[in-house]
Amino acid sequence: MKFISAITRRLVIIIPYAWLLIFFLVPFGIVLKISLSEPMMAMPPYAPTIDMADGISGIIEAFRQFSFANYVWLTEDALYINAYISSITIAFISTLLTLLIGFPLAYGMARAPTSLRPTLLMLVILPFWTSFLIRVYAWIGILKPEGLLNQLLLAIGLIDEPLIILNTNTAVYIGIVYSYLPFMVLPIYSALEKMDYTLIEAAQDLGCPPISAFWKITFPLAIPGIVAGCLLVFIPAVGEFVIPDLLGGSRTLMIGKTLWSEFFNNRDWPVSSAVAVLLLLILVVPIMFFQQAQAKSQESGR
Amino acid sequence: MKSLGSIRRSFEPWNDPNQRPYIAFENITKKFGDFVAVKDLTLHIYQREFFALLGGSGCGKSTLLRMLAGFENPTEGQILLDGENMAGVPPYKRPVNMMFQSYALFPHMSVEKNIAFGLKQDGMAKSEIDDRVANMLKLVKLEQFGKRKPHQLSGGQRQRVALARSIAKRPKVLLLDEPLGALDKKLREETQFELMDLQQELGLTFVVVTHDQEEAMTMADRIAVMDVGRIVQIGTPAEIYEAPKSEFVASFIGDINLFRGEVTAVNGSLVDITTPDGMVIRSETPHAHTPGEKASFAVRPEKLRVSRTKPESGVNAASGEVWDIGYLGDMTVFHIKLKSGDVVKASLLNAVRTVEDPIGYDEEIWVCFDTDSGVVLNS
Repeated sequence: MKFISAITRRLVIIIPYAWLLIFFLVPFGIVLKISLSEPMMAMPPYAPTIDMADGISGIIEAFRQFSFANYVWLTEDALYINAYISSITIAFISTLLTLLIGFPLAYGMARAPTSLRPTLLMLVILPFWTSFLIRVYAWIGILKPEGLLNQLLLAIGLIDEPLIILNTNTAVYIGIVYSYLPFMVLPIYSALEKMDYTLIEAAQDLGCPPISAFWKITFPLAIPGIVAGCLLVFIPAVGEFVIPDLLGGSRTLMIGKTLWSEFFNNRDWPVSSAVAVLLLLILVVPIMFFQQAQAKSQESGR
Repeated sequence: MKSLGSIRRSFEPWNDPNQRPYIAFENITKKFGDFVAVKDLTLHIYQREFFALLGGSGCGKSTLLRMLAGFENPTEGQILLDGENMAGVPPYKRPVNMMFQSYALFPHMSVEKNIAFGLKQDGMAKSEIDDRVANMLKLVKLEQFGKRKPHQLSGGQRQRVALARSIAKRPKVLLLDEPLGALDKKLREETQFELMDLQQELGLTFVVVTHDQEEAMTMADRIAVMDVGRIVQIGTPAEIYEAPKSEFVASFIGDINLFRGEVTAVNGSLVDITTPDGMVIRSETPHAHTPGEKASFAVRPEKLRVSRTKPESGVNAASGEVWDIGYLGDMTVFHIKLKSGDVVKASLLNAVRTVEDPIGYDEEIWVCFDTDSGVVLNS
């Protein structure tokens, strides 16, 4: 019995690892391998391909042909470096904007009457019921020169000629902030909602005015939520493709777009794989930071 | 001179007409929407008093405390603290501190930082804060735990940190909201006496809210018993216990045997009350009663005597059969079913360890009490 229960206990741990192995490590291995290959006009469009028929020697032979040429290429062409920097900048600014909008939203929700909270939570989650792509398309309709926003602003006389928002970085910011807002709101809300309001009363009782009590009590206690929210927005925003492609202009440089055009326009699988691997390496840093923050908040949470 | 209870008091500012109340609730009414939490309540509390607000949940006791702390504003009336009107003074400017029922310790700060929080708000010098914090930790016997976070402490330790934090600023008044509610019985009893000692030592005014009558009786100089937003009786624990003014107070505090009936005879300070089943109770009373009026008589279980033989005096005696016996160690409680069908409780102190031929179940026995054992209440 003991033996069986030991096995089942192992099994429970094995499942997530097996999941990771099959759906993350194996595909990543394939991408990594392609990134070390050479582009070819062939099917598949790279060499070497590993032929299992050749056995071990074939694999060794393939390994010999691997090179870091694609990675070197990425550092030589300023396009890629600029795309990385621009992606990170856009993601960073978007995250900051999302935080600025998301925190008051989450705070308001957490302070709302208990009976109202499920409704408010529902309203935050509701947009997910529509396809992400459709919602981004809808923004085109709103932001384009003859779109809803411009019509409204013209009608109330705030502007004389349509604003050019679509196909600019502004549109990308709007798109990212809109799409990722729930990812910021939900973790902050959950951190604030857990907080006991008597802590604020206690702080005030001890002579702390409300605004100061916010910075000394509420804010520090919301930090785990803020960190989680920021990373949940920042990480996918760096690699975002759909939003810059649909809302951004030709000058919007983001790594997701670069990757797409390398892959589909240039059919250069090895370089685009290298772009993807490098992106992952760049993102590993914040992901690890996120993990650590999660572990820390779990440890201190009771 | 005969006095109520077994304590001789030297501290009775409430009986001194020259004393000015330190805390004064004047005609306070508090409404939450349609709900009236506190109804036209006037209450005076004196300096250095240990005052308890006692009542069931929803009686308005916590609301009263929160109004004093400044978290709620009275709908009508005013609150004076040391002669100063508190209207419009926000909680962070009031010279009172509160110990919260949930303790409300800041989870992201160490014990030391929690205690220092209020002192930093006052802009006290760093070295002075350190001294004060060390003092407070010593006072609550937590010297070893200054660097810990609240979640690394036991319930009793957290309670002490909360206490230390609330007295660190030396407030004029310390408010305690169910301060011992989360502790187990033994710890609660110890802490009651510690709180009393602390109050004596610091010379502060304590106002404690509690639903636990034993806690209020042990600690407080005076108790206000509250019910549905009003104070139904104020007095020392002995006054409340031995001379309750209403059936509510009599039954809220401690165990009571209650007999309802009609006044049938008045003879000086003695009245006869006859119950519907014909039982006659003779009791002394300081109040005037007239024959024919409805009255009830309340007597505590420990004031009843139990015997196998009929008592000689014949007055205030009834026979019945032993229905239940509860052995509590220090005393034994008998539930006796009288001929009338009423069940009375009588408790006997177990002053000796062994009893020859103790009273057993289903035995026919007599209960009796003296004419000054109970109180007559107007129903």
